[in-house]
Amino acid sequence: MAIFVDENTRLVVQGITGRDGSFHTYQMMEYGTEVVAGVTPGKGGQSFEGPDGKNVPIFNTVEDAVNEAGANTSAIYVPPAFASGAVLEAAGAGIDFIVCITEGVPVQDMTRALRYVRDRGARLLGPNCPGIISPGKAKVGILPAQIVAPGPVGVISRSGTLTYEAVIQLTNGGIGQTTCVGIGGDPLIGTNFIDALSAFKEDGDTEAIVMIGEIGGTDEQEAAAWVSENLDIPVVGFIAGQTAPPGRRMGHAGAIISGSAGTAEEKIKTFEENGIAVAARPLDISRLIKDAL
Amino acid sequence: MNIHEFQAKEVFRAAGIPVPPGEVAETPDAAEAIAHELGGRVVVKAQVHSGGRGKAGGVKLAADAAEARQHAEAILGMDIKGLTVEKVLITPAEDIDTEAYVGCLVDRAAQSVTFMVSSEGGVDIEEVAHTNPDAIKKLTIDPRYGLLPHEAYWLAASLYDDPSLVKQAAKIIGQLHKAFSAAGASMAEINPLITTPAGEVKAIDAKMSVDDNELFRKPDIADYRDLSAEPESETKARDADLSYVKLDGNVGCCVNGAGLAMATMDLVKYYGGEPANFLDIGGSSNPDKVVAALEIITSDPNVKVILFNIFGGITRCDDVANGIVEATKRIDINVPLVIRLTGTNEEEGVAILEGAGMSAATSMDEVVERAVALANPA
Repeated sequence: MAIFVDENTRLVVQGITGRDGSFHTYQMMEYGTEVVAGVTPGKGGQSFEGPDGKNVPIFNTVEDAVNEAGANTSAIYVPPAFASGAVLEAAGAGIDFIVCITEGVPVQDMTRALRYVRDRGARLLGPNCPGIISPGKAKVGILPAQIVAPGPVGVISRSGTLTYEAVIQLTNGGIGQTTCVGIGGDPLIGTNFIDALSAFKEDGDTEAIVMIGEIGGTDEQEAAAWVSENLDIPVVGFIAGQTAPPGRRMGHAGAIISGSAGTAEEKIKTFEENGIAVAARPLDISRLIKDAL
Repeated sequence: MNIHEFQAKEVFRAAGIPVPPGEVAETPDAAEAIAHELGGRVVVKAQVHSGGRGKAGGVKLAADAAEARQHAEAILGMDIKGLTVEKVLITPAEDIDTEAYVGCLVDRAAQSVTFMVSSEGGVDIEEVAHTNPDAIKKLTIDPRYGLLPHEAYWLAASLYDDPSLVKQAAKIIGQLHKAFSAAGASMAEINPLITTPAGEVKAIDAKMSVDDNELFRKPDIADYRDLSAEPESETKARDADLSYVKLDGNVGCCVNGAGLAMATMDLVKYYGGEPANFLDIGGSSNPDKVVAALEIITSDPNVKVILFNIFGGITRCDDVANGIVEATKRIDINVPLVIRLTGTNEEEGVAILEGAGMSAATSMDEVVERAVALANPA
């Protein structure tokens, strides 16, 4: 099994004709993701040529992509100024699962978009995230496919490349994954650690979870408490930013220590107090997972 | 991005919030002249991006223009938490009856904007939150409706009993929310919001942080950036579209991805070293970015070794390798480079480096350990 995306995923790519959108659509199709439509306003009626001569129809609106191509999942590769609008449109059109890759989305735009997505009963992943991959089933986003393998471990992370670091060590160590989810580095995100943990709990096939957090906010702390109350499978954690100075944004918009809140130290302590084994460095993650399994 | 008090006051005034007049001086002469214009009895306030200005001696009351000059002399050039004071704000001294706190911020947990008010103003609100949390009233705005009039009134009514004061404060709270939205702020606060013996409510301090993601569409706010308040290297990094934060160590770091960049710094520390910087070259593979990154890192005289940690995803290893080779041609690099390349187009990247007489490893721990050893020879 897997969470959020699998063989039933029918993807529409919003911003399919852009530089990133077209590149990653091709990659997703190569991996075997069922890309059923693209959306670029004004380019409806054209088509996108994928690998092996496969053509993907392009529509002007997500609504058309849902009605005419049966899309149920969306990947958003549009510039920051239009990203929250794209999220609203996808949710309004009845898309169930929306993945927003775009980095740099104004945070105030997201307050309204998140509320709308919730009201429509949809789920948003991101923004500012690498997306999601269920090995052997579907990939939505930009995660490099060559580093994953099917298996029993769920991976949840706020980061992109740091996730790759952890995942490749699992894969090289012979430990595959049910799903790897990048929840995104922004302060306001659609799917947080607890949402992803709950989904892995329901999954049934996930036997252990890797949680990769970083400085800023309290999402990890709340997730740790949730784990100790709700989860029977082992969780291994890693927190980036132990050497980060307070008050400075470390790349990710959400990676900032405000006052005394959101330090790596505090997060590591909360993990440990709640029975989550914490890796001192990325290399130790796969060993701790092996021990746990 | 943090903006200065005098800039936040401009934003507040534009939204209609009653803020006393004031002007900025960069010299004692100018301070004296402004104080004279304002009637002599003024407050001289250091303009730096730091809390605790009062405790550090950066805020002084002057009885007349001559005293304002003396205070400006003392405060200009003063060091407050590592920041040099280059400007002072001169503003009339107000008669104060009470001091309250009014603020709003992007609330991560509530996924909306939350207002906080307290009748215990003029002190650090984080301290009030610890010592007397009941003294703070909170209200999270429903993003579907925005701040509603009765909500503003409810917040104001927790501050004052006098209906006239409540009415004025409710209006100010509404205006603060407008200013917050218009500026694309992540935090805005008035501390203190005062009442005067004449029964007026006024904002005599102003603080605002703006979401960096808003700046592309808010050029007026973007112009508020104070380049003198940050190291030159950080300005240069921003121009090159790189995320860079200068630190105090000697291992220069160049990494793709913010999470991996932080983890790399942590691993440097794990192996007994100290990182010289945080640097994320981002997801794109433009070799020019790598060149800019190397220029910035090498401009830090503390740097004894430069560590590349690249995990190719969207970033292609061959592009980074080309950037490194290009940079070594364009600039003098007098410290060793330790390079880790793995992921997309790894083989091509390694071949490019080897062609230029360099080498690359695939393990993060291996390169970090080597970089730390090179930075701290026994």
